[in-house]
Amino acid sequence: MRTTSFLLLLVLSGTAGDLSITRAMKQVGAVEDFRPSTILRSLLRALQYASMWIGVGLHALAFGSFLALLSWADVSFVVPASALSYAVGVVGAKLFLRETITFSRWAGVLFISFGVVFVVIG
Amino acid sequence: MSQPGLRTRTAVLIVLTVIFNSSGNLCLSIGMKHVSRVQDWSLARLAMLGRITAASGIVWVGVGLLALFFISYLLLLSWADYSYVLPASAAGYAIVPLLGYTFGGERVSPLRWSGVLLISAGVMMVGRTPVRTSTVG
Repeated sequence: MRTTSFLLLLVLSGTAGDLSITRAMKQVGAVEDFRPSTILRSLLRALQYASMWIGVGLHALAFGSFLALLSWADVSFVVPASALSYAVGVVGAKLFLRETITFSRWAGVLFISFGVVFVVIG
Repeated sequence: MSQPGLRTRTAVLIVLTVIFNSSGNLCLSIGMKHVSRVQDWSLARLAMLGRITAASGIVWVGVGLLALFFISYLLLLSWADYSYVLPASAAGYAIVPLLGYTFGGERVSPLRWSGVLLISAGVMMVGRTPVRTSTVG
């Protein structure tokens, strides 16, 4: 029960963190100039959005859950189980970022999720 | 930017994120192997381990590479869909066993090979979808 709760916390906070950071970067707008000064300006602009800070906080929570899980569960269980993030991330992208998920993208994510599990336990 | 230009720029940056992330984690892993295992959680012991870790050059190289990974990831997300970037970045899971087999002479089990094939097929399927569909931002 404790393992399931922490695994859910890891997957949900990590995915929510990624979605928040993505929202902030979309608000900054597409970075098309890769000069260091432009990149630095874009990153500083991203820090002005609350969603960036929320994302960083959620990532810290995910990292804490990951470390806690590793203190009693095997890494060979934790890493494949966290491949669930791929599917949850796509659902989150559809719901919160209004991305269009085509059949190809769904199928690709499913292949990748199983592939990650096979690579890690193989 | 045109779709082919956008696709190329996205592919280049995804390759960079995979390289930075894999090599950064590898450097951290090598660096942390030189620090003794954490068995005593007292503050004094943790502070000493922190000092040993901070003095390790390879750990700093790892931290630098992971910082580059994070910057590339943020740049990607400024234009590409999260549901495109997330699965495409999983290519690292397929590349590491391939590198281990090719250069490290490691034995790769049939189950792991089937995982590499599944990931490669999945990344190709996702790679053929549009880079950006989101209306947010």
